[in-house]
Amino acid sequence: MAESGPIVTATELNIVACSACGQVVKLGAEREGAPCPRCAAPLRHRKRNVYSRSWALLISASILYVPANLLPIMRTRTIGGAPRDDTILSGVVELWTAGSIDLAIIVFVASIVVPLVKIATLAMLLITAQRRSSWARRGRARIYRIIEFVGHWSMLDIFVVALMAALVRFQTLADITPRPGAVAFGAVVVLTMLASRRFDPRLIWDAAPAAASAAPIDEVHAVAADAAPASPDQA
Amino acid sequence: MANHAIVICEHCDAVFQRPVLAPGVLARCTRCDAPLYRNRPLDLDVMLALALTALIVLVLANVFPIVTLQVSNTEREATLWGAILATYDTGVAFVALLAALTVFFFPLLQILLYLHVLLPMRWGLRTAGFRYSMHVLRAMQPWSMVEVFVLGVLVAVVKLAGMAEVTPQLGMWGFALLTVLLTLLNSFDLHQLWDIAQERCDG
Repeated sequence: MAESGPIVTATELNIVACSACGQVVKLGAEREGAPCPRCAAPLRHRKRNVYSRSWALLISASILYVPANLLPIMRTRTIGGAPRDDTILSGVVELWTAGSIDLAIIVFVASIVVPLVKIATLAMLLITAQRRSSWARRGRARIYRIIEFVGHWSMLDIFVVALMAALVRFQTLADITPRPGAVAFGAVVVLTMLASRRFDPRLIWDAAPAAASAAPIDEVHAVAADAAPASPDQA
Repeated sequence: MANHAIVICEHCDAVFQRPVLAPGVLARCTRCDAPLYRNRPLDLDVMLALALTALIVLVLANVFPIVTLQVSNTEREATLWGAILATYDTGVAFVALLAALTVFFFPLLQILLYLHVLLPMRWGLRTAGFRYSMHVLRAMQPWSMVEVFVLGVLVAVVKLAGMAEVTPQLGMWGFALLTVLLTLLNSFDLHQLWDIAQERCDG
């Protein structure tokens, strides 16, 4: 806030904030991956293997997204009726036609929109970061924080199916059982969560090598001088 | 205070001098707008009270049924474990495992670890395995999904309302309260717990 002028990055100063405990450490002789003096977690300027792992998780998630939406997630059997299989979408439609429009919208957003938007957004973030694009960095940073925040709400339908299966078990009258679509769906949610946690938003800001080190030298020193006492044994 | 002289934005790596903030004020990164830190002193007593209450509420929420369903003369009630076992019985063990971990085991582990870390700290003692507990606590946070489960209960109730009489029970209020307690508990900055622990051990 009070800060003005060019941004200096921790990487340029060779300092790093421990991702686990927040301790600011000057990486002197220690190399990347040295243990944090306070909490022993490895100190890194960036997460490791971001692209290979994120892409692997993301591609698996997008493959499973197909059966998650096409296969039924639950089967309802009632007396004197044919068994009825529900996919995620038909469950939304059922809520809508039953008059719970607000809940239908919530479930639609949590189960269909969020996973899809999350997969597309992460792919966009990975591609732009890999190309070191300078396009809409602030916006990309913000959208990453949003998908991190909303991601786990997609688990909603898993809990709905489990509860309904527990409640509706009247042998002859009616019963509800989960179907394999629920497994694929649960896997999609877990995989997209893992993929977005593996992504490192600092990569959004890593400029092409030529553009780096534009900060005036005295500015860098002013901050670096403060960094030193913070690391080994602070007050 | 154990405040570091500088702060590094976790989201974009920018380095800032760490200004002293007015109480309650949140500092944001000027480059990427991510929250940096808030001037909110950590209150160990409040955290302990929240964790203890959360433990009691978690037990109650699991013991009492969440909803009951009435069809003609038969009545069924569902607890969380009833839902997990029903899903397991019908052959989708992965779904049962997800529900068990995200609604029961991870929240329980979170609360127990908070108690394990906070109780000795409150009285200035050393916590056994502090580092390890704190690392697990941090890793657990995104995977504890009680709040999503509560919304799930609501959706299930509405879906079944057309079919039979559904009545919310004590367990449902338990999970709703647990959501509030865990949200409050997780709103504290774990980095500050590290700072306090370090201060006590060094000084």
